[in-house]
Amino acid sequence: MSAPASPARADATLEGETLSVQLAGDWSITGPRPNWPAALAGRAPKRVVLGSAGLGQWDSSLLLFLFEAQQWCRIVGAHCDIKALPEKIHALLRQMSTSHETSVPFDRSENFFTGVGEATIDVWRKTKVFAHFIGECVLGGVRLVKHPQKFRWGDFIEEMQLCGAMALPIVSLVSFLVGVTLAYTGAIVLRQYGGDIYVADLVGLSMVREMGALMTGVVLAGRTGAAFAATLGNMKANEEIDALETLGISAVDFLVLPRLLALGVMMPLLAIYANALGILGGMAVSMKVLSIPPTAYWVELLTIVDMSDMLVGVIKAVVFGLIIGLAGCLRGIEAERSAAGVGRAATSAVVTAILLIIVADAIFAVAFDILGL
Amino acid sequence: MADVTDPLSDSPAIEVTGLSCGYDGQPVLKDVSFTVKRGEVFFVIGGSGCGKSTLLRNLIGLNHPLAGTVKFLGQSFTHADLAARRALLKTFGVLYQGGALWSSLTLRQNVALPLEEHTALSPREIGELATLKLAQVGLTGFEDYYPSEISGGMKKRAGLARALALDPSIVFLDEPSAGLDPVTSRKLDELVLQVRETFGTTLVVVSHELASIYSIADRVIMLDRGEQKIIAEGAPRELAAHSRDPRVIDFLHRGDRPAAPTG
Repeated sequence: MSAPASPARADATLEGETLSVQLAGDWSITGPRPNWPAALAGRAPKRVVLGSAGLGQWDSSLLLFLFEAQQWCRIVGAHCDIKALPEKIHALLRQMSTSHETSVPFDRSENFFTGVGEATIDVWRKTKVFAHFIGECVLGGVRLVKHPQKFRWGDFIEEMQLCGAMALPIVSLVSFLVGVTLAYTGAIVLRQYGGDIYVADLVGLSMVREMGALMTGVVLAGRTGAAFAATLGNMKANEEIDALETLGISAVDFLVLPRLLALGVMMPLLAIYANALGILGGMAVSMKVLSIPPTAYWVELLTIVDMSDMLVGVIKAVVFGLIIGLAGCLRGIEAERSAAGVGRAATSAVVTAILLIIVADAIFAVAFDILGL
Repeated sequence: MADVTDPLSDSPAIEVTGLSCGYDGQPVLKDVSFTVKRGEVFFVIGGSGCGKSTLLRNLIGLNHPLAGTVKFLGQSFTHADLAARRALLKTFGVLYQGGALWSSLTLRQNVALPLEEHTALSPREIGELATLKLAQVGLTGFEDYYPSEISGGMKKRAGLARALALDPSIVFLDEPSAGLDPVTSRKLDELVLQVRETFGTTLVVVSHELASIYSIADRVIMLDRGEQKIIAEGAPRELAAHSRDPRVIDFLHRGDRPAAPTG
């Protein structure tokens, strides 16, 4: 409403046991207004008469005042006379009174056992959904092998660019800095024993076997996994996935497989690239801090890192890539059809992917130890 | 809402003068001028892509016009400084096409948010008003539901309750009937009339629903994609009866069909 021309007033005068309240001025919800306790001023009349002789513009703020007056009268047993007010106000007050009485807060609380039970059912449901999704992806893979011409190669290449080439800058930075950090940390200990040159072994082995794939996985989980979940979540909210299903097109074939395979292909390439950048970072520190020539660093590196170490890193990277793709796509497809649901799906995709990557890494560590790799 | 006593009470609710609007410097509408009287139910109609929603976005300040001015209650909105603009924003409410309810808030919280932001009311009073507004749109009992738990028609009604939260003088409604069944659509039309009767609100409706246009519009303007301007203005039945423009006739009579062959 436009700015009130004269301030809202409630002029109260007590005559005997009757409090006469004259409402005047312009009442605006966004402006100052009198309140009922102030009009009452500690008096306790048996009868309240409300009038509107000088009333100008008014809105819900007047209703609030009148409603409060009525409530007070009801509580103390006073008579509230609003006959002098316009009929429109009567109707609105009746409506307000009805809504006040019929509005019952919706109780969303639940007892402890219900909560545990529902959480258990939810875990079981999610496990089934996850297993079903994995199964769908395997079947989709089989269909891809049988009918490669039906695969969406265009999407696959585009996704490879998005999750691979476009991720190069951030992967470069993170890997180089991880190499630098490893070299500095190693140098602290190794320099004390005159084993400076073994910084090359430490950085090389750590990057190739462990950190290259792991750090790339973490970066892509945040970058690509979240993007997959947000994209698919939005598509679900827009009923695009429903449209695919009703046309008899598998959402897994159409949306998931190109993304999953793109990550499966690009992750090992990015991990190898990350290894190289990490080793370069270590080399830079060795040169500057430990005065080790690059050739010496390289020769020492080759004495410890061999193809089996590279293989270990690449296998891990492929698995991490599939984990990120699966987590991102599953969370996206499972997302609730709302803006908040899409946000939750993206968060959940990142958390799930990083958690599973670390679990898988631990399993790999044990498995490769048993296999002697 | 009641007797209008401010000095600008004679000014129209909305006054649009020489408005050109579009995107990236490319006009969708050129030199559009019209006025909306206080308490009027005013429709902006036209075929798809004619610029109805673009006009609405420029009226409510989401887009800045390429040229021209928009005045609300006699005060310029287009060229207002930040403080004046903020004050003018309280004079109108908007019902968006899909309701645009905040999904993380319950219906009561959705309606309460503008009151929390723009008034000094106590939380109890805000709760009371939010409940009243929801009751006025027929959503008693659904106050603590989230938007994802209610139907499309209910979302629109809740969106209208939110638009009415600050008792605005003007309410803009963007395609209120879109996606609703005829019965729900008719109920929403009745609600629009009820809002006008109760609060004296000016209602600007962007729509191409003939049933709504004929049943609740006092006056309409029709936009045309080709000419990029208003091609007709007046009461809908008068336009339907007397307009000679084939585009207007075609639009306002598109429900007329030859009877199906019998026998």
